[in-house]
Amino acid sequence: MNLLLTRNLSKVALAALVALLAGCQGGVLDPKGQIGVMEKELIITATILMLLVVVPVILMTLYFAWKYREGRGEAYEPKWSHSTKIEAVVWIIPIIIIAILGVITYKSTHALNPYKPIESEEEPITVEVVSLNWKWLFIYPDLGIATVNELAFPANVPVNFRITSAGTMNSFFIPQLGSQIYSMAGMETKLHLIADEPGTFKGISANYSGHGFTGMQFETIATPTREDFQEWVEGVKANGEALTTERYEALVEPTEYHPVEYFGTVKDGLFFDIIWEYMGDMGRIEFYGKPEYGAELPEGIILPKRERTSTSHEAEEASH
Amino acid sequence: MNLLGKLSWDAIPHDPIVLVTLAVVAVGGAALFVFMTLAKKWGWLWREWLTSVDHKRLGIMYIILALVMLVRGFADAIMMRTQLAVATNGSEGYLPPHHYDQIFTAHGVIMIIFMAMPFMIGLMNIIVPLQIGARDVAFPFLNNLSFWLAVSGALLVNISLGLGEFAMTGWVAYPPLSGLEFSPGTGVDYYIWALQISGIGTTLTGVNFLITVLKMRTPGMKLMDMPIFTWTCTWANVLIVASFPILTAALAMLTLDRYLDFHFFTNDLGGNSMMYINLFWAWGHPEVYILVLPAFGMFSEIVSTFSGKRLFGHKSMIYASGVISLLGFIVWLHHFFTMGSSANVNAFFGIMTMIIAIPTGVKLFNWLFTMYKGRIRMEVPMYWVIGFMITFSIGGMTGVLLAIPGADYVLHNSLFLIAHFHNTIIGGAVFGYLAGFAFWFPKAMGFHLDPKLGKVSFWCWFIGFFLAFMPLYVLGFMGMTRRLNHTDNPDWNVWLYIAAVGAFVIAIGIGAFVLQLILGFKNKDKNLDKTGDPWNGHTLEWSLASPPQFYNFAKLPQVEDLDAFTDMKEKGTAYQRHASYEPIHMPSNTNAGPIMGLLATAMGFALIWHIWWLAGASFIGLIVAFICRAYASNTDYYVQPDEVARIENAHLDNVAKG
Repeated sequence: MNLLLTRNLSKVALAALVALLAGCQGGVLDPKGQIGVMEKELIITATILMLLVVVPVILMTLYFAWKYREGRGEAYEPKWSHSTKIEAVVWIIPIIIIAILGVITYKSTHALNPYKPIESEEEPITVEVVSLNWKWLFIYPDLGIATVNELAFPANVPVNFRITSAGTMNSFFIPQLGSQIYSMAGMETKLHLIADEPGTFKGISANYSGHGFTGMQFETIATPTREDFQEWVEGVKANGEALTTERYEALVEPTEYHPVEYFGTVKDGLFFDIIWEYMGDMGRIEFYGKPEYGAELPEGIILPKRERTSTSHEAEEASH
Repeated sequence: MNLLGKLSWDAIPHDPIVLVTLAVVAVGGAALFVFMTLAKKWGWLWREWLTSVDHKRLGIMYIILALVMLVRGFADAIMMRTQLAVATNGSEGYLPPHHYDQIFTAHGVIMIIFMAMPFMIGLMNIIVPLQIGARDVAFPFLNNLSFWLAVSGALLVNISLGLGEFAMTGWVAYPPLSGLEFSPGTGVDYYIWALQISGIGTTLTGVNFLITVLKMRTPGMKLMDMPIFTWTCTWANVLIVASFPILTAALAMLTLDRYLDFHFFTNDLGGNSMMYINLFWAWGHPEVYILVLPAFGMFSEIVSTFSGKRLFGHKSMIYASGVISLLGFIVWLHHFFTMGSSANVNAFFGIMTMIIAIPTGVKLFNWLFTMYKGRIRMEVPMYWVIGFMITFSIGGMTGVLLAIPGADYVLHNSLFLIAHFHNTIIGGAVFGYLAGFAFWFPKAMGFHLDPKLGKVSFWCWFIGFFLAFMPLYVLGFMGMTRRLNHTDNPDWNVWLYIAAVGAFVIAIGIGAFVLQLILGFKNKDKNLDKTGDPWNGHTLEWSLASPPQFYNFAKLPQVEDLDAFTDMKEKGTAYQRHASYEPIHMPSNTNAGPIMGLLATAMGFALIWHIWWLAGASFIGLIVAFICRAYASNTDYYVQPDEVARIENAHLDNVAKG
């Protein structure tokens, strides 16, 4: 009964919200990908559940303030200050709402775990993302190309992002596709997104990183088909120069409003090198297993032979 | 060796906005100096106020500090809102990133550390000892020192306006951005030393007031009988004592990184910035409860007084505050769900956060049932309470929404978040302080303020708040992130304009508040509060004169009920004339506090500019001043019974005249 009511209510509220924000295109309430759609629904469900308490409280506040105003001659009991019944009710109602929300939270947090690969029949695309001051470098390790401030992938194909930073901390965020995640130097984070329809979406950094932060934006192009994507790849290869170590070092220099750049070839294992630059001192070599792209290691460091197949998070998700 | 360290003429900013501000401050300061000198008030100011160990006077000085810093922090807010309203469609506005980034950092630091904290601590100073029937706090000199350390921090923040720069990192100063590599200037050093010095003062305040409520309650008052405001302050002090040392430690590590090439939080050599971020919020989250719990206490006192009723569920309120305090310590990770921790970790911190909504919800219901079957007088403090209950319900709701990791993944760092925490800090804490200010002003100052202007101020704050921050919720949903310098999305413009209008409406509210104070002082003789009990109060502070006798209680009151003063009035034991009085033991004023505060400022300034000889000298000076104070023998005196009798009889005559 309650659930049914909630569902009906959520439909009404959804319609109202949609009407209210009809002019508001391009935000998180206008998602174009599966993750974003789930997050939007989560926000709406949770809001409605909470309104069940918040609206009565606001109305009761106004009503009591009016009803028991001095001079209206309503009942007056100056010493009445305890009622076990009322106390029980005021503890139990919030407990129930929060219990329901708690279950929703537990489930949705697992369902929306940014580290969880998206299930799909399509072969996913891997993109390595590096935040630089103040621009985004995207490396396609399987295609051997790289771009700055322009990201492309086919619609309806899951994209596996592996993210790090070569400077200050940023947050990699394409609002219309859903979740964001921090980019941190010497660390690798992961994010899995998908676009449900073709289009161009704005990408930003969602964590302030210094004075060029505002200009740290990029275009995300979801192409209609894999063929269109392949065409884009060819375009990058045709226009692009090589992203060598030297070229990368020039790229790291702080710039603002950096133009889009294409690199037709990329040094093998560049992403690993970028993490390794900071990780090298940490002595936690086993964390990254072996250099997956054959990166050259600093002298004197011997990596353990153990193969690293999946992160602990992936293993944990797989067991669910 | 350069005697001035890094300091040179280049340290003076060339920005016209800054120069005009400095000129205004200089002219204002000179005018104040001339006035004080002509009126020969310097000696009076030093002897009666600056060196005072009286908790009531320290409280008033804390609130003056808070109001001055409110104006400074609000000027920053107006600049940000106008910048964002102007800088649309590709225009870059009038504040380039170098200036704008300092403004939003300063706004956050000032509003939290130098406006909200002194405001809260000021009200706590004035009221808590009175409510528990004490003659002062446990350590009066320490109380004075805490105040001067807070002033010292505030001074450093303001000096940064005219010498060098302030941090350009956001008020959280996350490394690696706040490290030497990305912030080589003096800005972060100003941040570090301002927070460090004032933070130590806050820790001392927490210790002081905890001991005060544990050891100095009047006979008959058990812990559970303490008034609710004193209780919420006590929980806040528990949080201060437990959490401020974390901030001190985190800042100390950042200091070592910046000054001595340590690598706690750097990108390279094994540093990890996430350690700082965890530590910062392990302090930062309890900090918001330190701000809001005493405000909850103020609302409780006010709603009970103006409903003419006992507070509903006094015990329930105490436990709810306790639960909030404890849970406040195990939710810090919700500030960075997007760090990449596992689903179980995020779910745990999300659910813990939501659980806080339960005791908070209980509090709202308890206020409602205090109003129920009451006789509500709609005076200015009560306006703030009703306004708060509406505003805070919304802020609480958006807070629970942000506590759901799946929602936070798209709302994190967006303007939705900005709207949420302003909704709770303005609509919760600041509304509370303004309510408490209106409620206790006659008690502290001895006269009433104009209620009409008080209501104008309330309505401007209330409406201005909704205009300024509801659009930010919308902008958050539209994908606008925080700390942007300018925007180029035409859909956002209208909301940015509304938000700017809201900020100006709040400005009118602040204007009405200032006018209320000016007219209040001008017409003070017409509006004296002669009885000391203008609102028919429930607790012991209302049994005293307004302003209270400097020794507070001539005889320590015997407490027999939760609403101690209501009980005395009902039993007819209030306002008793005593035939004789005992001498009262009181602490003497001391120069040590302001001198040590000044030395701490000098030390902070010297460390910021690498003027090592001055840093060393002022540090040694601090130690020497402290040792001198520790060995001083003339630290107390006795008020003689005839003086007590004279003061008490004057008050009782006033009460009898009505």
